[in-house]
Amino acid sequence: MGEFKMPSLGADMEKGTLVAWNVKAGDAVKHGDIIAVVETEKGAFETECYEDGVIDRLFVEPGSTVPVGTTLALVRVAGAEAPRAPVMPVQPAEPAPVPVPVPAAAAAPPVVEPTAPPPVEPAMEPAHSPEEGAAWVAVSPLARRIAAQLGVDLSTVHGTGPGDAIRREDVEQAAEALRAPIHAAVPVVVSAAVAEVPLVHGSAGVSVRSEEELHAGMRRAIAAAMSRSNREIPHYYLSTRIDMSESLRWLAEENQRRPIQDRLLAAVLSLRAVALALRKVPELNGFWTGDAYRPGDGIHIGFAVALRRGGLVTPAIHDADRKGLDEMQAALNDVIKRARGGRLRASEMSDPTITVTNLGELGAESVLGVIYPPQVALVGFGRITDQPWAVGGMLGVRPVLTASLAGDHRATDGHRGAQFFDALGRLLQEPEKL
Amino acid sequence: MTEDDVRQAIVNGLAEIAPECDPGALRGTDPIRRTLDIDSYDFLSLLIGLHERLGVDIPEADYGRLGTLDEMVAYVVERVAKVER
Repeated sequence: MGEFKMPSLGADMEKGTLVAWNVKAGDAVKHGDIIAVVETEKGAFETECYEDGVIDRLFVEPGSTVPVGTTLALVRVAGAEAPRAPVMPVQPAEPAPVPVPVPAAAAAPPVVEPTAPPPVEPAMEPAHSPEEGAAWVAVSPLARRIAAQLGVDLSTVHGTGPGDAIRREDVEQAAEALRAPIHAAVPVVVSAAVAEVPLVHGSAGVSVRSEEELHAGMRRAIAAAMSRSNREIPHYYLSTRIDMSESLRWLAEENQRRPIQDRLLAAVLSLRAVALALRKVPELNGFWTGDAYRPGDGIHIGFAVALRRGGLVTPAIHDADRKGLDEMQAALNDVIKRARGGRLRASEMSDPTITVTNLGELGAESVLGVIYPPQVALVGFGRITDQPWAVGGMLGVRPVLTASLAGDHRATDGHRGAQFFDALGRLLQEPEKL
Repeated sequence: MTEDDVRQAIVNGLAEIAPECDPGALRGTDPIRRTLDIDSYDFLSLLIGLHERLGVDIPEADYGRLGTLDEMVAYVVERVAKVER
């Protein structure tokens, strides 16, 4: 029996809303089928099933918001035995600690973080107001603030402070656990009405939220991921200027020969060159998790797409190093179109092994990026501008691209970054080989 | 094909690409890409759309003649006339 879970679509996601099911109990599904639409702060995404089999039952009703890792449905895997005993509603992993309100005066100094405001208000507040009927525990104001920032439900946090008070570390640990889907032991509400969920076919663009909420959510999601990046990742930055005359000359000739539908954008050459350069410097292509580097299972470039109403998404161009220029252009067209139309797939959000951001359309000559955790590198391209360029003792004018790299110092040093640029620069001098 | 038809086709194309903008508010002399925040992907999509609707093929070397709505209309009218001749 396979479990279909609320996917993690990036470092900024802790919970998601099941917007719609495209299947019902008894439906046959296969690997890759889009069986649900899930909405995060960044919008709605079509979510694939990773198994072949039959939908045994759906657990979560459309409109429900659940933490990452929550089982949404069970899939009876093809060829497997008959379903085991029905899964019962899961109870909360453990009851919230017995309420032990700690008087402000008794709050030991270590509990109150130094940055907490002066104790005009009680240093400890109940996690829930008693009217809510839930058990309540003491929480430091800082912990409460961090919980709000990270989207952690305090009633699920186990406190380790005096009297089981919840401290900052407890909240951060809980947030970590939320990020790791395996850890999620969360209450799942099983409803008898689930089987009658209406089928919704079509766009993931359907949203349960208003335009303003989507925008606010997008800003929150970006802020959460980038704050985490700046907090955790010791960035280093490199930049280099690349002579693009060969690439642009080749591109102009090529595009002259091609019908308009098949023309290539300059960004495709840069993307292809990044993918091939990463083969030479694979240390930049992967993730930093726990205390170790984990290489990507392929070169999946997250391409930053600015959304017209603000915000951005970075869907994966899968196996970018195995795509020729035409395939790369087609993939780029496809993800940009779907990103702007709100029809991206969940896997495209979770798979990128590196991010490429191209601000060359506008006025930016270079970009010093913030790495998207748990990735370990981000490549930025600015605008191609005509610049004075010396070759063989002669000064000329060349179209020049400024490329930048933000690297995670835990995973690599500037030396590797420089090797990457060396490879990238060479590749762009021989566009016909790309 | 009149000039107005061409202008309408371009405005319709822009409305598809930038649905949150009001292409009707774009003045003939405004730079299209800067005013409507059209990137090179969107721009190529616009030209592919014009190719499909009007049968004009616009070489990349002529992109410099398509800066404003007025320029684009004039250019496309000229190209359509060539095709029809």
